[in-house]
Amino acid sequence: MKRLLPMLFASLASAVALAQAEPIVLNADCPPGFELSTGQCELRSLYQLYPSLQDAGVGGLKTGLPGWRDGFTPQQTDLGRYLFFDPVLSRDGTVSCATCHAPDRGFSDGLGRSVGINGSVLPRSAPSLWNVAFLNSFFWDGRADSLEEQMVGPLFDKHEMGSDPQLLLDTLNGIPAYRQLFAQAFPADFKSGDAEIRLDQVYAAITAFQVTLVSLNSRYDQYAHGYADALTEPEIEGLNIFRSFVARCAECHTPPLFTNQQVAVLGTPEPEGMPFDPGAQIPMNEPSQRGGFKVPSLRNIELTAPYMHSGRFATLREAVSFYTGGRGHAVPEGEELKIHWHIWEPNLTEDELDRLVDFLKTLTDESFKPEQPRRLPSGLQPMHQVIAYIGENDNGEEDHE
Amino acid sequence: MNKIVAVVGALALLGGGYYLGNANQPEPTVIKVPTAPKAEFTSSGADEVSAASGKVSVRAWETPTSGEVIIVKDGESIQDAVKAAQPGAVIKVMPGTYKETVYVDKDNITLSGVIERGAYPVMDGEGVRNDAVLYSGNGFTVENLYITKYKGNAIMGQAGNNYIIRNNIIVDTGVYGIFPQLGKNGIVAHNVISGIEDAAIYVGMSDNVDVVYNQVFDSVAGIEIENSRSALVEGNFVYNNTGGILAFITPGLPIKTCSDVIIRNNFVVDNNHENFAIPGSLVSNIPQGTGMLIMACDDVVVEQNIITGNESMGMLFTDFSLAGNAATDPDADPRPNRPKILNNIMRDNGKNPAPMVRAVLATQMLTRGPDVIDTVGMDDGCILNPERYRTFGLEKYGDCEFENTKTVLTYTLPEPVPPRVNETNMDKGKLAYYGVCAGCHAYGSRMIGPPTQIIQALYMDNPEGIAAYAAAPVRKRDDYPEMPPQGHLDDETRLAAAKFMLGLTR
Repeated sequence: MKRLLPMLFASLASAVALAQAEPIVLNADCPPGFELSTGQCELRSLYQLYPSLQDAGVGGLKTGLPGWRDGFTPQQTDLGRYLFFDPVLSRDGTVSCATCHAPDRGFSDGLGRSVGINGSVLPRSAPSLWNVAFLNSFFWDGRADSLEEQMVGPLFDKHEMGSDPQLLLDTLNGIPAYRQLFAQAFPADFKSGDAEIRLDQVYAAITAFQVTLVSLNSRYDQYAHGYADALTEPEIEGLNIFRSFVARCAECHTPPLFTNQQVAVLGTPEPEGMPFDPGAQIPMNEPSQRGGFKVPSLRNIELTAPYMHSGRFATLREAVSFYTGGRGHAVPEGEELKIHWHIWEPNLTEDELDRLVDFLKTLTDESFKPEQPRRLPSGLQPMHQVIAYIGENDNGEEDHE
Repeated sequence: MNKIVAVVGALALLGGGYYLGNANQPEPTVIKVPTAPKAEFTSSGADEVSAASGKVSVRAWETPTSGEVIIVKDGESIQDAVKAAQPGAVIKVMPGTYKETVYVDKDNITLSGVIERGAYPVMDGEGVRNDAVLYSGNGFTVENLYITKYKGNAIMGQAGNNYIIRNNIIVDTGVYGIFPQLGKNGIVAHNVISGIEDAAIYVGMSDNVDVVYNQVFDSVAGIEIENSRSALVEGNFVYNNTGGILAFITPGLPIKTCSDVIIRNNFVVDNNHENFAIPGSLVSNIPQGTGMLIMACDDVVVEQNIITGNESMGMLFTDFSLAGNAATDPDADPRPNRPKILNNIMRDNGKNPAPMVRAVLATQMLTRGPDVIDTVGMDDGCILNPERYRTFGLEKYGDCEFENTKTVLTYTLPEPVPPRVNETNMDKGKLAYYGVCAGCHAYGSRMIGPPTQIIQALYMDNPEGIAAYAAAPVRKRDDYPEMPPQGHLDDETRLAAAKFMLGLTR
């Protein structure tokens, strides 16, 4: 890590020079997937044609979506994009939201356990942000009920971004470019010249950006909307195994979001040497939820290896194999877990496991992936790229782009 | 084994707590002669059905057909026929043996066996295939099939409204026989099902379902209504299962209520089969010899059933204490609120209670299982003529305000649930444009493809041209990448999107 620092400072200096160029104007258009309607961006999707029992957003192929967040302005959304990529939000300017939620890594980070400020290794992996607009609880243990509540966690956790509310406000208010952008995004709040940036505006803007990360155009979706040729024979075989009552994947990873948004106790193993994670037992204060974690969406799952809450499984094949290993086969000695009833012994064959992986890969769609800002209002470099770049060089890979 | 002990402990604790609070004094029988007729039965489910109904029609609907008929003969594949079928097709399956999984992801398909002199078309899973029939389309009918030896289910639906599952013979198909899930408005009728290691008929997270005139036996659970609303279970012959008829909430599911279930005119007889459920499953907790089990489900009416010879008890009302092997769900109400027990015939129940039931009875110095037991001791329940039965925990039940549910002939809707239409922003062209096209085309700025404004100038009054080009694009401009084909959108959707695109002003 130490040898990184001189390089970082060098790049910072050049970035500061760049930032003195012309002022940033926030995008007045909604991102793809959204219609501008009376000044607000509203989600549009073919899935809105379909009903859903009790409006729960769980069902089969042609089932409507669960409730979602939208209704932010284009400017708020674009401001959120700048904030999302800007490491100035962290205590020392080294970590941005995108550090652990990198667009090119399925809005995760490719790590089993994410790395925060000062190289802190965190206890869990970074969940993908694709389709967070549809979720009603956040974090692996479901302890936050909204994106606004969720982001307070990483922003101010001393091991993640390490900031605190006052420092964050002082930092942003100290950057004229940001004051000017917040005034564009929240014009009603900035009528007087000495108006200050507020935390709720920061949270609203980042939320506005996050809810535009919609992925509903995979080949699976084409199949669901009625195009039978969108999937190959092996992939359809995989779909049928996925929804069969033998594998039972679809009972919890329910279409169309491929999650039923519940907490489930699976008994997956931690990485070697890591103590057992009690999961939802802590926030729910409920012993029967020991080892419980939120059922994650499987959309874009191909992009977010390794898998499970602490990244024990390196590949999708390993992850699906867990489910045919038998109830509680990986539970540590001495742990009494209320393992979910759908975890049983389906005796899936090797071929069936392969087909499941084939099917899971049809859930990949990044067609609405947002563009990353070329320059940031803080003048800093978008750190997630720098770190990924250097990491790849360490692995002996060359990036020619 | 540990789990069973834990459940017994939980039940015993409840029983103990109950005993402390109530003396167990038999009351003298009061002879009552009604002076005025009782009120008519009402329920929120019945209101919806009658609001939609201008006429008397009990399950009189069929799923839509177009006149297209496809015949499948022995040696051919049913799935090939499904692939070739257009919505509205009737697929007639001749007697023979079909070793496949059939999946139906289209609307309005009828899969109908042809029975010749008693010979059915047989779907044989040979112990290796997962499910016989999977469907997700609306308006699906499956009938007259003999299904056996699958690992998962015989017939499983995932969403799909307006379905009819009838006249099927299902023998030993693993976890469930018939399992419609996440759909509204369905009929499960005249099926004969046996040898299932969970429920022979399992209605999961559904609305408006009639389960009528089925014969279910030799299974762990006969009929299960789970996390569902407005279900009628009527006229079924339910015998020699571990538990006969169940209505309950499973904790941890995304739809968290169960209510308005009428269980009437069923034969619930000798449900004393050994529990052979999969370890860890909820039904592995059912005491052997349970006629009916109501767990956490609200407004359940039990009426004019013949409930005899169930060796643990006739019927059990309880909360999640019976599901001690599952994590609790703070968002689901565990109490079986407002139970309503009308007149039923209950005889010969409780002669040989399962050990866990015996443990509860022991707290009351009893050895024989009751006709009716409420382990929660609900205070909002009602029962007609309670003196007729041996009951446990019903001291707070009052008299029912109604005598029958004859106002509810069915919980299915008189007309099929219509597709979702005429709501705001339901224009298919608009949804396709923003939901799909906008990934590459913005109105005035360059994205991956050219701006919509430029396309408008090129195509003016020619949406057909856009729709045709999008289905099979060729490279036109050096300054943009070639467009990927959009033939996955059908002709109608592509044309609608093109029209919307041409009309866009911003």
